[in-house]
Amino acid sequence: MSGEAPRGGGPKAEPDWGFETRMIHAGAAPEPVSGARQTPIYQNTAYAFHDVDHAASLFNLQTFGFIYSRLGNPTVAALEQRLASLEGGRGAACCASGHAAQLLAFFPLMEPGARFAASRRLYGGSITQFSRTFQKFDWHCDFVDTDDLAAVEAALDAGAKALFIESLANPGGVVSDLETLAGLTRAAGAVLIVDNTLATPWLCRPMDWGADLVVHSATKFLSGNGTVIGGGVVDSGRFDWTASGRFPGLSEPEPAYHGLKFSETFGDLAFTTHAHAVGLRDLGAAMAPMNAFLILLGIETLALRMERHCRNAQRVAEWLQEHPKVEWVSYAGLADSPYRDLAAKYLPNGAGAVFTFGVRGGYDAGIRVVEACDLFSHVANVGDARSLILHPASTTHRQLSDEQRVAAGAGPEVVRLSIGLETVDDLIRDLDRALAAA
Amino acid sequence: MASALRYSDALITGILRRVRTIAMVGASPNWKRPSNFAMKYLQEKGYRVIPVNPRAAAQGVSILGERACASLAEVPAPVDMVDVFRGSEAALETTREAIRLREEKRIEVVWMQLGVRNDEAAAEAEAAGLTVIMDRCPKIEYGRLWGELGWGGIDSGVISSRRPRLVRAPERGGSG
Repeated sequence: MSGEAPRGGGPKAEPDWGFETRMIHAGAAPEPVSGARQTPIYQNTAYAFHDVDHAASLFNLQTFGFIYSRLGNPTVAALEQRLASLEGGRGAACCASGHAAQLLAFFPLMEPGARFAASRRLYGGSITQFSRTFQKFDWHCDFVDTDDLAAVEAALDAGAKALFIESLANPGGVVSDLETLAGLTRAAGAVLIVDNTLATPWLCRPMDWGADLVVHSATKFLSGNGTVIGGGVVDSGRFDWTASGRFPGLSEPEPAYHGLKFSETFGDLAFTTHAHAVGLRDLGAAMAPMNAFLILLGIETLALRMERHCRNAQRVAEWLQEHPKVEWVSYAGLADSPYRDLAAKYLPNGAGAVFTFGVRGGYDAGIRVVEACDLFSHVANVGDARSLILHPASTTHRQLSDEQRVAAGAGPEVVRLSIGLETVDDLIRDLDRALAAA
Repeated sequence: MASALRYSDALITGILRRVRTIAMVGASPNWKRPSNFAMKYLQEKGYRVIPVNPRAAAQGVSILGERACASLAEVPAPVDMVDVFRGSEAALETTREAIRLREEKRIEVVWMQLGVRNDEAAAEAEAAGLTVIMDRCPKIEYGRLWGELGWGGIDSGVISSRRPRLVRAPERGGSG
């Protein structure tokens, strides 16, 4: 079913609203009681029942409504709708962090002993989560080079229930061939999960190319100001959870809900409903309403910010490429990037603003550049209005082995930049000074 | 695969505003079944929903307080809408019965549930002057268009800067 038209009830009957309109309006009509135009912060734990029968209907999932903010909250729900709308999905579940979103995405799909495959070039924290912590649930991840399609097919043939990739990889410059990989997962009956954090839906919409689930760290460009930790998983509503019998969490009776089958009862709402009613209920990683509000505010200007982030990044990357102390620059927007064609196809509005470069002089030179910056902030984050710099080998990727680090694009000489919204000439001057010190 | 069905929000909203009584063909007395979920929800929104279920009728069973009818013909008029909770093939038989009973029961709409689609039935019903909706759930559509579906993180696709009017819910336990 994946790749075909959404099963009924799809929200596409009306003329499609433009991206920028949905960025501001999706999920956020005026509040009916007061008329408040901005989404209120429902800083609130529990919701009054009309009577016992109403409470029963809510607990049985027979009606829509709020019970307790661990399962759902009106401010968080507004963000979920907006994220789903921008990604072209059916629904979304937001949660405490990007890492929580990954757990929430895999939770309905996996059971002890199950396998999935993931790109070797992921954010280091994802590699650690998948290879160490998930192992404690007896979930097994095979890391593959996703440019090597035969390796991806082999992992899918070996029983992987899902393939996890980043549309635009962190730390940098690597673009996934979404359409081709979606073809492979569809043929194998596996779920394609795409981390779209660094691209954001303004640069890339993985579901247009066949992704089944999209996950986000909303901490990054979506909020945009380095204010909150948050995440979300968006469901396309297109994966047929019943066809293969490999996803019993969604296709078989759920004992905690009087034996209802989520896919039968909720159709293309099954994943999103399960993510709230089971995932958030039991994993407990709820998003705070205040955080949802700040992310909603951030998304209102997403397109404007991403335009400038990308323009500044392009300038800085081109300037670095000419610098004598720079060995290489890995930015998909550069003319000689091996990912330039994939970027032109999947990221037509720009190649993002997070990328890496190699400093001549290796590990020590990399550390000196980072420490010599005045304007770039030395932090373990990306996707901020401020420009950020980091030496992955000594920080975010330090838990990995040397081999894993190189495979992940975080070798000893690598410096990662997240280009912000400052005056671009000031950014170049700061890097020039720092490179002189290296 | 046949092309995806597209219905305007105005069409669906109009149906859900006009309709008062729904005959739900295939409504289950088992409270854990999707049809029972939908029936209960629609009742809460103020619709009268009359179940059509031959087995339940033969056993004299009531579903959510409504006595089950053995067939559409047994449902007292007026029936504004026939909600087909049966498979796509069986939908043809139910639709033809609705066409036969159209004037007697004052039926205006044949609505086939999510996953139910029968283009032959739809063509016959439309030729007979009935409005047809297929592959949609009235519960989900009501929730979507009146803002409740989004509470569960589902994208309603509805964008509006108009202040929603509070709809007076049916009287229940003193709440308004």
